[in-house]
Amino acid sequence: MTTAVVVFPGTNCEHDVVSAISSLGGNARLVWHRETDLDGYDSVILPGGFAHGDALRTGAIARFSPIMEPVARFARAGKPVVGICNGFQILCEAGLLPGALIANRDLSFICRYVDVEVTDTGTVLTNNAEPGQRLRIPLNSYEGNWVSPEGEGRVVVRYVDDPNGSTDRAAAVANSAGNVVGIMPHPERATDRLLGSTDGNVFLRSFLSSLVPA
Amino acid sequence: MTEQPVHRLLGMTDGEYASVVDILDRPPMPAELAMYSVMWSEHCSYKSSRKHLGRFPTEAPWVVVGPGENAGVVDLGDGWLAALRIESHNHPSFVEPYQGAATGVGGILRDVFTMGARPIALWDQIRFGPLDNPKNRYLLNGVVGGIAGYGNAVGVPTVGGEIEFDPGYTGNPLVNVMCLGILKREQLVLGTAGTPGTMAVLLGKATGRDGIGGASVLASASFDEESGAKRPSVQVGDPFEEKKLIEACLELYDKALVVGVQDLGAAGLSCATSEPAGRAGVGMEVDLDRVHTRESGMTAPELLMSESQERMMAFVAPDKVEEVLAIADKWEIDSAVVGEVKAGGTLRISHRGEVVAELPAATLADNAPLYDRPARRPAWLDEVQGRPGPDLSFHDPADLLRDLLDDPAIGSSAWIHEQYDHMLFLNTVVGPGSDGSLLRVKGTDKGLAVSTDGNGRLCYLEPRIGGARLVYEAALNVAVTGARPMAVVDNLNFGNPEKPEVMWQFKESVEGISQACEALEIPVVGGNVSFYNETDGVDINPTPVIGVLGLADPMPGDPPRLSRATEGMELWLVGPEASGNLSGTAVQRLLDDKPGGIPTAPDPATARHVIALAADLAHTAPVLHDISDGGLAVAAAEISIASGIGVSIEAPEAEIFSEDPHRFLVAIEAGASRPAAESARKVGVFGGDQIVLNGSALDVDIGASTYLDALPRRMR
Repeated sequence: MTTAVVVFPGTNCEHDVVSAISSLGGNARLVWHRETDLDGYDSVILPGGFAHGDALRTGAIARFSPIMEPVARFARAGKPVVGICNGFQILCEAGLLPGALIANRDLSFICRYVDVEVTDTGTVLTNNAEPGQRLRIPLNSYEGNWVSPEGEGRVVVRYVDDPNGSTDRAAAVANSAGNVVGIMPHPERATDRLLGSTDGNVFLRSFLSSLVPA
Repeated sequence: MTEQPVHRLLGMTDGEYASVVDILDRPPMPAELAMYSVMWSEHCSYKSSRKHLGRFPTEAPWVVVGPGENAGVVDLGDGWLAALRIESHNHPSFVEPYQGAATGVGGILRDVFTMGARPIALWDQIRFGPLDNPKNRYLLNGVVGGIAGYGNAVGVPTVGGEIEFDPGYTGNPLVNVMCLGILKREQLVLGTAGTPGTMAVLLGKATGRDGIGGASVLASASFDEESGAKRPSVQVGDPFEEKKLIEACLELYDKALVVGVQDLGAAGLSCATSEPAGRAGVGMEVDLDRVHTRESGMTAPELLMSESQERMMAFVAPDKVEEVLAIADKWEIDSAVVGEVKAGGTLRISHRGEVVAELPAATLADNAPLYDRPARRPAWLDEVQGRPGPDLSFHDPADLLRDLLDDPAIGSSAWIHEQYDHMLFLNTVVGPGSDGSLLRVKGTDKGLAVSTDGNGRLCYLEPRIGGARLVYEAALNVAVTGARPMAVVDNLNFGNPEKPEVMWQFKESVEGISQACEALEIPVVGGNVSFYNETDGVDINPTPVIGVLGLADPMPGDPPRLSRATEGMELWLVGPEASGNLSGTAVQRLLDDKPGGIPTAPDPATARHVIALAADLAHTAPVLHDISDGGLAVAAAEISIASGIGVSIEAPEAEIFSEDPHRFLVAIEAGASRPAAESARKVGVFGGDQIVLNGSALDVDIGASTYLDALPRRMR
């Protein structure tokens, strides 16, 4: 079973995601944004970075990349689709997740560890976590402030202390089916004790265990 | 206003102009004059410094590429190489702090990936005037914003750096940036044009009028009130274009499609054609009409001088050109075949059907002027060195510690480094806020450590001692992560070289750096000189910045961290006893209006011993910390704050705030055997919730909040 890690021009976390998935025994391959199908893949991760240079606003161009058609089909078919950081922004722009991500409350880029709490274990990214489980993973974003004016959205992970102004302290948000999840902090950056934390493995193991053969 | 000859407007002296006429045997055409003016600028030709840079030791068995190429390259063993370089972007950052700093990052990245390496980390060394001046806050904000905006988006982590404040930088901030890349030996690429028939392919962003004269007009002259008018000479950065260019170039190297590569930085196309041709001993024909531009009507001199960013020149065998263009297309970057390498040594450039330049390619680099500028020890130095040191007798040590922790150059750098992505690539084992950064090399047992250090005050007081101590300090900083120092890059920031006093400071610093490198047997593999750091006739303190690369092979399984001290651990000090000399220290800066005295001289034999000892101890000790700014007091407090536990220090008074070189702290479990060093002495025990200096106490909580807020409170 193979995870497609989508690469847009400007994406920069793709290798980190592949190596984190591999370190857990999973199988992940890079897929260029101009591809038009995802045949042979069982799940998708949109990794972090600055797809298309964040031109206009984050994710605004990426949603029109050819790969987003099959990603949307994947999402509708109930297969696992996860967006990390910029990937989360792209999923919101593409209408696959509710809400939008705007500039951090303090108008400053934030790169540091944050404590988060899993509030919903019924999604492809959280099914291996304990309800209420606290985890420490790195945040790395400028537009990390999730807003949902209509009050829509299933918040599945919350910041313990609000770093960026997100509605409901949301760090991760899912669609109603729980198969599409966007998360702002980076689970793949917390997968090795030597680097400071392995808490991200809880999310990535959840993701891998929710894969079923295509 | 009398009309100036064109060469003077381009920053060229009458004598230099005469040399050009001599080379060509005729007056130069406008495009030729433009090319010589940028290539012979101080920034590109090192005409005032070249003579002295030859003093640096540059050879060692592990040096693969020494100074003179785009970046230095060293051998890490097992087929792995590291490429490193340091650069300044001082003047552009004063004129336009965000773009100046951003394009500095872009330029240093190109220097490194030009060598075939993937850039894996950046370090920034930034210096400003005091933050009570709103202009300095604006500059700091802009520079940090530019580094974050470019570095984060281009996808290369900024994993460390340093900051210093001094009134002398108010009119002339310093913005230096160092980059490290890694590559496999077979990926190494040099800046050569290859053999006749090779095609020159220009990759990346379209050429515009930005940055024209950046090297000659902006970087190689002093500042005055008119400097704002030089804003059009500052380039504008586009990290997205650079990110695509990096990926495209790395794919070209992977597929072995290029003979050589040269980035377009200072001096743009002038440099990217003449230097590779000169190195290969060939000529080249270039058609400027093929250069993709983003403005119409650009003249030949403008095209040749433009410093538009995010451009690379690839030299490609004719049968590979199509594949190269296809890869450029895949990564959505523009490309154009602009020239062809020819036998002979003539660089012939045409524009709109006419030959606009026809000159011996190598003369742009090889015939650059070389000045032996007069040097003289400053007359004021005796008075400065004769000043008495600070008198600590009326001060409570805990109060002094608290004031030192509130110094924005000593306090936490989190306000800065949390704006930088410092974790990308999953290599950052020890990140910003420590002595040295430690990166793992995935797929190996190796770790790479880097520390960058500068200290303008030390070098102002005694440039030879200052220069040497920077090398020793950076080397000790990499050693405390478990690495052995292996190479040096230097960024020499100085005032106006036409003043003999500045030239003396330069020569003395170079001498000090060289002696220390010789003592440690580490070569200088690259560097940069930034002169004319003066505003309204006042020069900055001489500010060499030293970057040391160290290799830990193997890397410690659990490297020392400031946060690993626990209840009951003992704190030991290793290194010579403090001399009591406080010249050039942070506590002198705190208490006295002016720096004075002669800083403690380094000792090469002690340095070697202490550095080797630290690198060994790093494999077992939970905490190792170099003693520098603020002495034992600040070093112990930093461990205490990071670990969230108190520490009680008992040591001779002279030790508390001494910054004498070659000294570090090590924490060991209670009852563990003492560090295997004759000079080791126990100076404290961890426990409680206070930092106690010979009975004078500061609550850890108060110390921590002071330390963490030192920078943010001034920037609010």
